[in-house]
Amino acid sequence: MTESDPILQMQGLSKRFPGVIALDKVDFSLRCGEIRGLMGENGAGKSTLIKLMTGVYPRDEGKIFLEGREIDPRFPYEAQKMGISTVYQEVNLIPTLTVAENIFLGRQPTNSLGSLHWKRMNEGAERALERLNLKLNVRQQLSDYSLAIQQMVAIARAVDISAKILILDEPTSSLAADEVDLLFAVMRKLKAEGLGIIFVTHFLDQVFSVTDTITVLRNGQLVGDYRTAAIPKMELIASMMGKSLHEIEIRSGQGASLSGAGKEILAEAKGLGRKGSIEPFDLELRKGEVLGLAGLLGAGRTEAAELLFGIHRADQGEIRINGVPAPIHSPQKAISSGFAFCSEDRKVSGIIGDLTIRENIFLALQASKGAFRLISRKTQESIADGYISLLGISTPNADKKIKELSGGNQQKVMIARWLALHPRLLILDEPTRGIDVGAKMEVQKLILSLSQEGISIIFISSELSEVVRCSQRVAVLRDRVKIGELSGDQINESSIMHFIAEGAR
Amino acid sequence: MKLRPLAARQVLGSLVWPILALAIILIFNAFFTPVMFKLEIKDSHLFGSLIDILNRAAPVMLMAIGMTLVIATGGIDISVGSMSAVSGSFTTVLLVVYGVPLAWAIVIGLVVVTMLGLWNGFMVSSIGVQPIVTTLIMWVLARGIATLFANGETILFENPRYEFIANGFLFGIPFPITIVAAVFAITQLLTRRTALGLFVESVGCNPVASRYSGVNVRAIKQTVYVFTAFLAGIAGLINTANIKVADVTRSGDGLELDAILAVVIGGTSMDGGKFSLTGTIIGAIVMQTLTTTILTNGVPVQVTRVIKALVVVFIILIQSETFHSQVRSLFRRRAHEA
Repeated sequence: MTESDPILQMQGLSKRFPGVIALDKVDFSLRCGEIRGLMGENGAGKSTLIKLMTGVYPRDEGKIFLEGREIDPRFPYEAQKMGISTVYQEVNLIPTLTVAENIFLGRQPTNSLGSLHWKRMNEGAERALERLNLKLNVRQQLSDYSLAIQQMVAIARAVDISAKILILDEPTSSLAADEVDLLFAVMRKLKAEGLGIIFVTHFLDQVFSVTDTITVLRNGQLVGDYRTAAIPKMELIASMMGKSLHEIEIRSGQGASLSGAGKEILAEAKGLGRKGSIEPFDLELRKGEVLGLAGLLGAGRTEAAELLFGIHRADQGEIRINGVPAPIHSPQKAISSGFAFCSEDRKVSGIIGDLTIRENIFLALQASKGAFRLISRKTQESIADGYISLLGISTPNADKKIKELSGGNQQKVMIARWLALHPRLLILDEPTRGIDVGAKMEVQKLILSLSQEGISIIFISSELSEVVRCSQRVAVLRDRVKIGELSGDQINESSIMHFIAEGAR
Repeated sequence: MKLRPLAARQVLGSLVWPILALAIILIFNAFFTPVMFKLEIKDSHLFGSLIDILNRAAPVMLMAIGMTLVIATGGIDISVGSMSAVSGSFTTVLLVVYGVPLAWAIVIGLVVVTMLGLWNGFMVSSIGVQPIVTTLIMWVLARGIATLFANGETILFENPRYEFIANGFLFGIPFPITIVAAVFAITQLLTRRTALGLFVESVGCNPVASRYSGVNVRAIKQTVYVFTAFLAGIAGLINTANIKVADVTRSGDGLELDAILAVVIGGTSMDGGKFSLTGTIIGAIVMQTLTTTILTNGVPVQVTRVIKALVVVFIILIQSETFHSQVRSLFRRRAHEA
């Protein structure tokens, strides 16, 4: 499979949306047995490129060749029939069906009478999962499994539909490290079987560990094709950002240098816990402090945050604010106590898709004021425009529906919603997930500058390097138990991983 | 400030289709039943088919205003027709059988209906029962209560002040139209000059995210069901006063469907989220104009429902984005082949 002809070739692909050129004459090719990374900042055109080749959008210009023949997929299922399967960033399966049903949805095996052949379907599903070295009860409802497993099921489904080309659109955003390794093993196996794989991701390390080649887009244009082995990491970052190297670097250790010791305590949790969610934990937070929550996927980081914000009621323990017990049993209560919570799952608990950017930004502020004290239109606009420019949200105006923005820009709108409240405590749950390198740096800088203004921050991230860089103190969780804290010089990646691996101090 | 014209265009844009539908029906009438456009003033009262259409549409408009908000929160209320029978039943029985003064009879009638809305809202927002199930139960229960209170009888009455609700004139305009205008204005004010409209839309679009943002999702849902029930109550009074009979088994029967159709024709999505009260009013007028048109053109009674259904399907098709793009691609393919 070395220097074979490209299995997929695209020439001069263009796509315009009202007011924006999403993709401008981009060439792209993929060979059998090649894993090609597709990278770029928000709005670079990665999603558009994928949607053109899979027939989600009609293209304005350009040609697509599959195995040398020109193709014109007009619907995703046409592309799928031709052998191009896609697994999207957010799992697009049906949570209330079983694993097997999801894998065979739309192509269920039937017997001669036309009714479902359950046995064949379940066995087929098991085989499809075995190909990924995964053993699940395929009769179980999909929603019973974690997001990570659901993602693997989506991949199993895509691979099982006779894929020649597999497109993975940020499949690793929600996976824990060991699951990423498993996925990579699968990708390498599929590559050896001769599949061409397009891997869209924001994780640099992952690109370098698994891809053969990298294509970089920026503002809808092709920046370049690279051989992974031949390009240094920083050069790749620079080409993605179109910036010089020193601009993107953030002084490491800046967080740690601002010692929170001696400052007054803003909020504390005492023996706060909830059965089946997280074991009782103590947590103290000083004014202007950045507290990181570290742990693997499912360690209880989000669960802890949800108790603090009153999403779920704690069944034991209490929260104190400035030493006074505060009964926080609803988000409303939490917000009126000066808390803000930018949640992890943007699609489900973040954006209000049909509302405008402006409405999404001032929603929480308005809710805190009550229905009858409507913020004037003028103030709404100045708040929205202020955050659009502060956070660099790229949009023609504030009255665009938020669902029309790219993921990274949606995330910035979410952060704007909470900043507009001027909270005392801001909980950020995976604020940098699924956004590009540049936006990540901006979020990290923002965290530090907010803490300097005296806002306390709880920062949750799966990327240890981020936690290390931003936090003055790190609480480590494992298997839904808080196992300890690190502070100051103790905070580094290896100490945290050690902690997680070995348990209590 | 430069954003305002844009917002205005967006609002108008969503109203283009209902207005177009209404225009088509009116143009049809301009050719076939021009008499429909005749307006006259007798005894300083306004008369004519167009006024008649508005007057007849009043009960459905009231229900549809409430229905718009319920649908915008992602729910539905199919009990409005039955609930409207409750206010008619209570008010009339209290007035005729128990001799309660009219004003009190009306207040009690409306309070009882509002309580039913409270129950609907409680089931949906606090217990989490699906809106269609909750209001299907109420659909049965409300008519049951109405029938029970009237002891299963049809009650006639003679009371000029009661009849005024349906047949009176205020400022030369039929009283039901005045009621609708007032309710519409108040609702528009409450939803657009306070944040209630925003909360209703955000709850309908994404209840989880709304809760996370501190919106009191329960209270919003509770409120829209109560409000809808109250409006259904007023509609019931108009219906009853109009025929001078509390006909508990038939009053308001099937009006929930007209109300839902009015909302849909008005461009509010059944999925919840963005809503347009103006669209709903136009939708209700479209429905009533259609009915009147069919009747005045002497269409045989047995086919009126079929024609009505076909026209509604057509109206909804011309609003559908999917249908637009399908038509466009059809033309494109034709052009390609030619």
